Amino acid sequence: MTLLEVNDLAVEFNTAEGTVQAVKGIDFAVERGRTLGIVGESGSGKSVTSLAVMGLHRGAKVTGSVRFDGTELIGAPDETVRKLRGRRMAMVFQDALTALHPYFTIGDQIAEAHREHHGSSRKESWARAVEVLGDVGIPEPARRAGEYPHQFSGGMRQRAMIALALSCEPDLIIADEPTTALDVTVQAQVLDLLMRLKEERGLGIIVITHDLGVIARVADEVLVMYGGSAVEQAPADTLFTSPRHPYTRGLLDSLPRLDAADGEPLHAIPGNPPSLLAPPAGCVFHPRCPVYAAADTGQRELCTAGRPKLRLVASEHRNACVHLGETA
Amino acid sequence: MTGFLIRRLFGIAVTLLVVCAVTFCIFYLLPSDPAVQFCGKDCPPDRVAQVRQQMGLNAPLIVQFGRYVLAIFAGRSMGTGNYVVQCHFPCFGYSFQSGRPVWDLMMDRLPTSASLAIGAAVIWLLLGLAAGVLSALRKNTWIDRTVMVGTIGMAALPVYFTAMILLYVVVAVLGLMPYPRYVAFTDDPVGWFQNLLLPWVTLALTFAAIYARMTRSSVIETLAEPYVRTARAKGLPERRVVGRHGLRPALTPIATMLGMDLGGLLAGALITESLFGLPGVGKLFADSLAKSDQPVVMGITLLASFFIIMSNLVVDLVYAWIDPRARVS
Repeated sequence: MTLLEVNDLAVEFNTAEGTVQAVKGIDFAVERGRTLGIVGESGSGKSVTSLAVMGLHRGAKVTGSVRFDGTELIGAPDETVRKLRGRRMAMVFQDALTALHPYFTIGDQIAEAHREHHGSSRKESWARAVEVLGDVGIPEPARRAGEYPHQFSGGMRQRAMIALALSCEPDLIIADEPTTALDVTVQAQVLDLLMRLKEERGLGIIVITHDLGVIARVADEVLVMYGGSAVEQAPADTLFTSPRHPYTRGLLDSLPRLDAADGEPLHAIPGNPPSLLAPPAGCVFHPRCPVYAAADTGQRELCTAGRPKLRLVASEHRNACVHLGETA
Repeated sequence: MTGFLIRRLFGIAVTLLVVCAVTFCIFYLLPSDPAVQFCGKDCPPDRVAQVRQQMGLNAPLIVQFGRYVLAIFAGRSMGTGNYVVQCHFPCFGYSFQSGRPVWDLMMDRLPTSASLAIGAAVIWLLLGLAAGVLSALRKNTWIDRTVMVGTIGMAALPVYFTAMILLYVVVAVLGLMPYPRYVAFTDDPVGWFQNLLLPWVTLALTFAAIYARMTRSSVIETLAEPYVRTARAKGLPERRVVGRHGLRPALTPIATMLGMDLGGLLAGALITESLFGLPGVGKLFADSLAKSDQPVVMGITLLASFFIIMSNLVVDLVYAWIDPRARVS
């Protein structure tokens, strides 16, 4: 059975200025032992999506379907979702300094989750905390477990965050920008750790990032998000070699290249990300899209007619652009 | 830790010395003549001069200040010739009014002020925290709005107004209890409690309102912290998320505020004590001020700053105990 299946997920927030459609009509699936990368810029809805899967949205309207190992989570009682959270699906947050509690020791924070889900004693859960801290490569875990987050370095804190996620042996780990706050060498170590865990334990992993480098390193499959919608989905190799959606292409083109000619300016996608309070009609990307800009009036109407959904355009390759599909 | 304490205590000593110097200068600059105050209205000029000589008021300001500070630690003998009195440590001089040592006067009154302050603090903490937390957890519901409107009204009511209304309704109209009259706890604990109930409530209401509002915003802010989200992501029950992960950090600023407020109130709640005729330090201060009893006013000013500064230190120590980041290694 598929570990996680998300269908037509939508998240809305009511704000003073109106309703924000943070995510609309997202579909994806994660299998055990596979890594899905969700990539997009700030405000594209990738974190909102992950929090919706975990059932961590408070005061938001979440609709659609999230099936975890066959159990539907949207509309399920809070208790059902809570018992899965931390136990079978766990989350690694971006900034471990603020995501870990400043008042409690690292060991205590990990042990607490274990006690909650396994009903273990203080002693057992502490031993478990020390064990997972060792697993994620914290030296002297027995001593470090008694320290507070502010006594850890950035990389160590992120490892501790991963240890917390691992403590109850989950099936799915959602890592939201797990390496954004880290410097490059530590970033590589943390990503390698995640990959090792995936292989050793057959975890399903969702890595959420704005960094295509991270995606290239860890993802088996990639979902590209823009303005709250999925615009393209493909195996990582395919996405990098033959992107179909104009946004994905723009994203890849804007990466700085070592082999670029001297003095060649960096490519940028013109314009700004859309307002989610009043998103553009139809395809959210059309105001910035080179294909739309080049199209004639009749073709342009296709772009603004309705929000396009992902369509299968090649084996395992799905694209939402109404113009660029089958061959490009 | 020891180094930290020594540094802090040194800082406290310096601060107190500065407060002392400033108060001393203010009294020196006042137009009223301490010698006349001490001697009385109909004192003949030569007697005033004699008193001035005895009180050492002819010495330069700095010398007088030095004697005053020194006396606090070492005591001093006051007067000349046959009129020498030994003022023992800690010597803050003698009241012009009663002729008693200022220190004794203050210490007589301190238990009353402490009873009032601590009892009121218990009430306002219970009320304020409960209302604040409830309001935060039920944010933007009618409960929250009611509490917020109620507290702003309560915070706006002056103590003398609340006191009068309470006295009028509880004592005069309903006749639930006699007019409060201070009884020492050691003499009659029940009487102590009954007689302090109205002053406690009076003093506590304003504070409770302010604490409720502070608690509410602090709890709301903390519950939005990433570490609270992590606690939820761990699958902890909401009770534990709020109680263990949310409330502790949220209440840290409240502890700071409590320290400050209690420190200030220990040296007397001036208005409340005066309204209820409680023989506390605040009442003593008000009376002494009205009669220009300078040594007493000066002594209470120093006592008040001492309490406030010490409560600052206690707050810092408590902070370090609650928040590991604040611990000095």
